[in-house]
Amino acid sequence: MGQLVFWRNEGEAAELPPVKDNRLSVDFPAIAENEQLARMLVSAFLTPLDPTMEELSDVKTAVSEAVTNAVIHGYPKADERNKIHMFLENRNRLLTVTIVDYGVGIEDIALAMEPMYTSKPELERSGMGFAFMKAFMDTLEVKSSKSEGVTIVMSKVIGEEKGDNREHE
Amino acid sequence: MSPLFEIRKNFLVIKVKGELDHFMADQIRLLSDTYLEGTRIHNVIFDFKDTTFMDSSGIGMIMGRYKQVKRLNGRIYAVHVGPAVERIINISGLHKLLRVARNVDEALEEK
Ligand SMILES: Nc1ncnc2c1ncn2[C@@H]1O[C@H](COP(=O)(O)OP(=O)(O)OP(=O)(O)O)[C@@H](O)[C@H]1O
Ligand SMILES: [Mg+2]
Repeated sequence: MGQLVFWRNEGEAAELPPVKDNRLSVDFPAIAENEQLARMLVSAFLTPLDPTMEELSDVKTAVSEAVTNAVIHGYPKADERNKIHMFLENRNRLLTVTIVDYGVGIEDIALAMEPMYTSKPELERSGMGFAFMKAFMDTLEVKSSKSEGVTIVMSKVIGEEKGDNREHE
Repeated sequence: MSPLFEIRKNFLVIKVKGELDHFMADQIRLLSDTYLEGTRIHNVIFDFKDTTFMDSSGIGMIMGRYKQVKRLNGRIYAVHVGPAVERIINISGLHKLLRVARNVDEALEEK
């Protein structure tokens, strides 16, 4: 039986272990409790890619922002039929996260994405959700129109830092 | 995990345990009002020692507490700020509104 061993030393480049491509597709009700569930799912999905603490926290934050937005803004009226769809994909260390809601939608996407803009200041929202998604992921795409719901597609290469290390040797 | 509240002098110390998200932000907002509304407590210390995660819901909740105590010349402190919380605080500009101290005792001494 063969065995592959990978190790990382300070300042020494490490080989990135090969990881099989993977997908996960889930639907869950739009309730605040499921924001944590979504973060846990994406953390578990990333585990085989051995992400750094920073990568893991970046992705968890971005997912949390997108799901929280669907819960708070997408469905202003609570109803058990309110649904969020999450699709995770890993292709050769490129993580793509798609989060879809079928709620009220966004009329002016450019305005919504401006840092500090919020339509709900009375709920003490800070208007930083999109800013964090943009800061913590490599790409961010927002698709929506009024009463058509919102689709967020964001991606990030996992293991980039380690990969860079290797190239600079 | 639930947040822990403690009164020290005229400070409210809020120990944020676990993940400071939408769910916990709502909990802290609700509970802190009973300590801050119509009392002599005008300062809030957020203790992030056991905080593993924070997102924009946390930012909004802290900004809300800032506005609440500012009217009474109170201050907001953040102590035991780890890397996860620090990045979120810096990107959002929240670091301009609050004071960072190493621990609760240091924050208490400052005022
Ligand atoms: N899924 C959604 N459905 C409908 N509107 C949305 C959705 N997501 C975002 N928006 C709109 O975009 C605005 C900006 O979103 P963003 O996440 O940046 O800030 P916020 O949610 O208002 O505040 P924060 O994220 O800091 O708590 C929201 O106030 C809302 O008007
Ligand atoms: Mg938001």
